[in-house]
Amino acid sequence: MSDTSLVDRHVGFVHALREAGLPVSLAEGLDAVRALRVIDLTERESLRAAYAATLVKKPGYRPGFDMLFDLWFPSSTTGLYGEGPKGEDLSELRDHLARLLTDGGEAEMREFARAMVGRFGRQPAGPGRQNWFSYSVLRALSPETLMARILQEVLAGQERGGLAEKTARQRVNAGIKRFEDAVATDVRRRIAEDSGVERIARSAVRPPLDQLDFLRITKADLARLRREVYPLARRLAARLTIKHRKGKRGRLDFRRTMRASLQSGGVPLTTHFKPPRPHKPELVILCDTSDSVSSFAHFTLLLTYALREQFTKVRAFGFVDTVDEITRFFVPGADVVEAMTRLANEADMVRFGRTNYGHSFERFAERYGDAIGSKTSLLILGDARSNYQPAAVDTLRALAAKARHAYWLNPEPRQQWDTGDSIATDYDAVVPMYECRNVAQLTAFIEDLA
Amino acid sequence: MFDSPAAVTERLAAVDYLSDDAISTSVFLAAALGKPLLVEGPAGVGKTQLAKAVALATGSELIRLQCYEGLDEARALYEWNYKKQLLRIQATSADDDIFSEEFLLERPLLKAIRAGVPTVLLIDETDKADVEVEGLLLELLSDFQVTIPELGTISAVRKPYVVLTSNATRELSEALKRRCLYLHIEYPTPERERDIVLSQVPTIRADLAEQLARTVATLRSLELKKAPSVAETVDWANTLLALGRDELDAATVAGTLGVVLKHASDHVRAAKELGLPHE
Repeated sequence: MSDTSLVDRHVGFVHALREAGLPVSLAEGLDAVRALRVIDLTERESLRAAYAATLVKKPGYRPGFDMLFDLWFPSSTTGLYGEGPKGEDLSELRDHLARLLTDGGEAEMREFARAMVGRFGRQPAGPGRQNWFSYSVLRALSPETLMARILQEVLAGQERGGLAEKTARQRVNAGIKRFEDAVATDVRRRIAEDSGVERIARSAVRPPLDQLDFLRITKADLARLRREVYPLARRLAARLTIKHRKGKRGRLDFRRTMRASLQSGGVPLTTHFKPPRPHKPELVILCDTSDSVSSFAHFTLLLTYALREQFTKVRAFGFVDTVDEITRFFVPGADVVEAMTRLANEADMVRFGRTNYGHSFERFAERYGDAIGSKTSLLILGDARSNYQPAAVDTLRALAAKARHAYWLNPEPRQQWDTGDSIATDYDAVVPMYECRNVAQLTAFIEDLA
Repeated sequence: MFDSPAAVTERLAAVDYLSDDAISTSVFLAAALGKPLLVEGPAGVGKTQLAKAVALATGSELIRLQCYEGLDEARALYEWNYKKQLLRIQATSADDDIFSEEFLLERPLLKAIRAGVPTVLLIDETDKADVEVEGLLLELLSDFQVTIPELGTISAVRKPYVVLTSNATRELSEALKRRCLYLHIEYPTPERERDIVLSQVPTIRADLAEQLARTVATLRSLELKKAPSVAETVDWANTLLALGRDELDAATVAGTLGVVLKHASDHVRAAKELGLPHE
């Protein structure tokens, strides 16, 4: 690669990263170039690590980065290597894959995936056109169906259903995932060879985890998001306590200061302060658990659950068209997945099954009004879509007035507020409403809070 | 400091730190570009250990600044020795300069800047410190200098090798991240974890270490409140040795699970998912 083409590639790559939503500053781009000058460019993993160290400063950006890196700096080009095992029939290939799944090296796996894409990946895509696909490779080899026989081999007569099987399963599943990733990477590389890197780069990369829309989240994303919840809750808790401490350093401890001054002839060189009073923030969460916001609700309930471990006084209430206290499902130490299932089955939040904010607020004020006091922060989570039912704005105003702070998080984009049955602005006038569509916005909200 | 990423791997291995491609390249680049290295990752994957290993491998002095809530300039950078200054004023009538070297108390950051010998400056758990401390670090990390109003600007005699660690309990500021190289250390692959166990607990049998690493990997794949750290895997290996077990069967796992899982709910979950017998 000549110098100019390397620079072009670098600039193109950085540009693609920015387009995929990674904030890469000019200074960081220059750092990357400096790094390129001191490492061995033929070592691909070194190159990847060098780019990652200088440009990617958040783990959430890493998957997108890796995908783009594989496109811009492919491990090889078609034609430079052999097309892999030839003439072997399908069962032999599957044998080979079965071995790779349990104890195959990374390079071996990539090699095999490449050969398999070459063999099974080309499919007609419309009249007179052909394209590369991963599904045809995976269908031909169907790695999932290898599980049973691998287990039989590995366990070799050991008891089924126990620890050994679990461990083996986990290992095979990780292997399958690696194989699928390797196939997908190679498919993308071949498409890029056929139709240009920029085109595939734009469509292939998903937004980073913290910018995923809550309302369009998949199950797999949700599992990954769960891991984000604890740091968020910790951050929120820390935020509330730190802010407080800064405000009040504790009063001067006169007695201790005088006592200490005796040592220095009555000059109070060191001043002593009374320890600040521990701050006990209280939180009341009112959460829309209806289907229209279910993934958002799921996420916020997880947040509630995590908060429950940080604060002693968190009370959570769920509502669809009537309201029930759901704090009891989130006992500290309880299993979170189980809590969610029990919550769905046991809590009394539904009368007719259509969201009714007005009725829910009225019921809340009536039954749990005393949950809100002068030290309480009230957090309402929902899309403010009330199926054209009465809004009960006055009830909400009274509740908000009693609380120390009140916030409303809405998972809908701001442009959609007040469209259809949404009465966002009416509520916004009473309780400040924040757009909260993704983890990034939630984090920003937490940073501003307290 | 280092010749190439491969040399880093080699020299870290010599002090019993098993590196991988990403770690070695980042460590190498931090030295070659003279930039601070910000290391993030879950608790117990060996972030602090990495800094110690670098110090040991290069024969540098390790200066450590442990961050905590409420850490301030006086504890991190420098402080004037008020008592000594006061006594000097009382003792001598002449208006001596009481803001001189003599009255300066050195704290870790200033010490690292002024050290004449090669140093590794470890700023541990940066996320625990308040946001203001990050501001304090900016000047130090970009220009390797410290400004003391009474004395002027003190530049580094010799650039220290700076490692910052963070558990990501709070997002560090963009400005800080921009000045650093970034390394995210994840839990190791079972193969690497096996090697780590073997290097830390040399007396353990290789197949038991392998079993251990695989079981820990399975545990991490469950949704636990606190996933077992590498340090805990090593503890587990030591426990098994102490108990004289040479097989990691379901009963042994159930009996010693407390070494790696520290929450009651995690125990219940693991027992259910792995089909362990009840204790």
